[in-house]
Amino acid sequence: MHEIGDWFQRLYETTGLNFSVFYDAYDWDRYFGGLKMTLLLSVTTILLSLMIGAVGALLQGSPSMLLRLPVNAFVVVFRNTPPLVQIFFFYFGLGTMLPAVEAAGMRVPLLSNVQWAIISLSLFAAAFNVEIFRSGIEAVPRTTLEAAEALGYTRLKAYVHIVLPLAIRVCLPALNNNLVNLLKTTTLAYAIAVPETLYAVKQIWSESQNVFEMMVVLLATYGILVGVLVWLMHRWERAMRIPGYAR
Amino acid sequence: MATSWTPDQPIVQCVDVRKSFGALEVLKGISLSVKKSEVICIIGPSGSGKSTLIRCINALQPITSGSIQIEGIEVSDPRLDKLALRRKVGMVFQQYNLFPHKTALQNVMMAPIHVLGQKRAEVEARARALLAKVRLAGKEDTYPGELSGGQQQRVAIARSLAMRPDIMLFDEVTAALDPETVKEVLVTIRELAEDGMTCLLVTHEMNFAREVADHVYFTDRGVIVEHGPPEALFTAAKDERTQRFLSQVL
Repeated sequence: MHEIGDWFQRLYETTGLNFSVFYDAYDWDRYFGGLKMTLLLSVTTILLSLMIGAVGALLQGSPSMLLRLPVNAFVVVFRNTPPLVQIFFFYFGLGTMLPAVEAAGMRVPLLSNVQWAIISLSLFAAAFNVEIFRSGIEAVPRTTLEAAEALGYTRLKAYVHIVLPLAIRVCLPALNNNLVNLLKTTTLAYAIAVPETLYAVKQIWSESQNVFEMMVVLLATYGILVGVLVWLMHRWERAMRIPGYAR
Repeated sequence: MATSWTPDQPIVQCVDVRKSFGALEVLKGISLSVKKSEVICIIGPSGSGKSTLIRCINALQPITSGSIQIEGIEVSDPRLDKLALRRKVGMVFQQYNLFPHKTALQNVMMAPIHVLGQKRAEVEARARALLAKVRLAGKEDTYPGELSGGQQQRVAIARSLAMRPDIMLFDEVTAALDPETVKEVLVTIRELAEDGMTCLLVTHEMNFAREVADHVYFTDRGVIVEHGPPEALFTAAKDERTQRFLSQVL
């Protein structure tokens, strides 16, 4: 590890390119902390948005108007408004209306900025996931469902054992896109002072006066994070491939 | 109702069944009955309502009026226990409709496990035996997409049989197949019939109807024009519409 630090130190002294995060322990800690926060935001919002999306798509296909209507309203609201505005709405709008709680002798908000960011981003991505799952569910042929019905499957059992496994395969590429977008959208949490990667890097370049270098680090970080996500999704897609089934 | 049925009565009893899609009446008072171990074929031109009838018998579509009883269960009863009905009735479709994400063996095993809650080991042994019976031993781990149409259709037959139905409905099950593979499916159905399975077929396979059926119904434009034993119907049809249809297809 020392060699890497020394190399970047020398690079700075000889060329003036200041990648302070790689030789300055303080900068590195801030950057690494931001990276961990970005991972926390990404993983939790991806999982939550998938769960909300799957439930929403199920409700959307229900025969009951009372169940369909709220889901459709949810999709319209969260798809038709900018995610940054949604985050502001939750944090500054709803957050201030909730009662504060006593913690360690201090009055603190019921939900922290990190929690608000997770809630807001999950709902934003879930609205798209509902529509993505719906497209997959609608691609399952009616006749396949009829065969299940003729075998005695109830609606719910047919959904669990036949519709969802087929629907997931159909909508994986679209889901892939939305989750990549979600990972990148976590940078919006910056706006409510969540110390994620963009926030941490911005602090570093303000103090170390190395905007260009830190921009490069920032872009590379997200490039690699998205690369890992895409690789995982492709692996999943391959694992789910059915021999001889519609390519 | 369900309590009054005894095994010597017809398994399927349709009385004056009518079915409309909007203003279009596709079944205009169909009455027929199927007794245990009988093989019944319904023939007739396209659009005569044959498939609709067979789908109504399995409650996949509601009837407009009349009565359909399966072993005394009234299919048009709004409180119909669909599971009870479907345990008695197996159905095979024109397009096979296998579950594409499951292997042949899994396709046969799924419903007894998911719907009837039977034990996996037991179901698997029966499923393997059924696949062997439809001459697909060795194809257990193959996915539907890798099988030919005829093979898929035989998996579909095994899948229905796994539920141990009292009657099998066949809805133009060879219509989507290549001529060479039609035979293998028909042989399978014939063997079923010889084992004593009650079968109701909608079919365009006139030779099959003639050789295997106990009774043949000719339908046209939503009514049964004529019915009788196959020999009588195929050689000495009384109605002019039946004669014209048979002269076109034979």
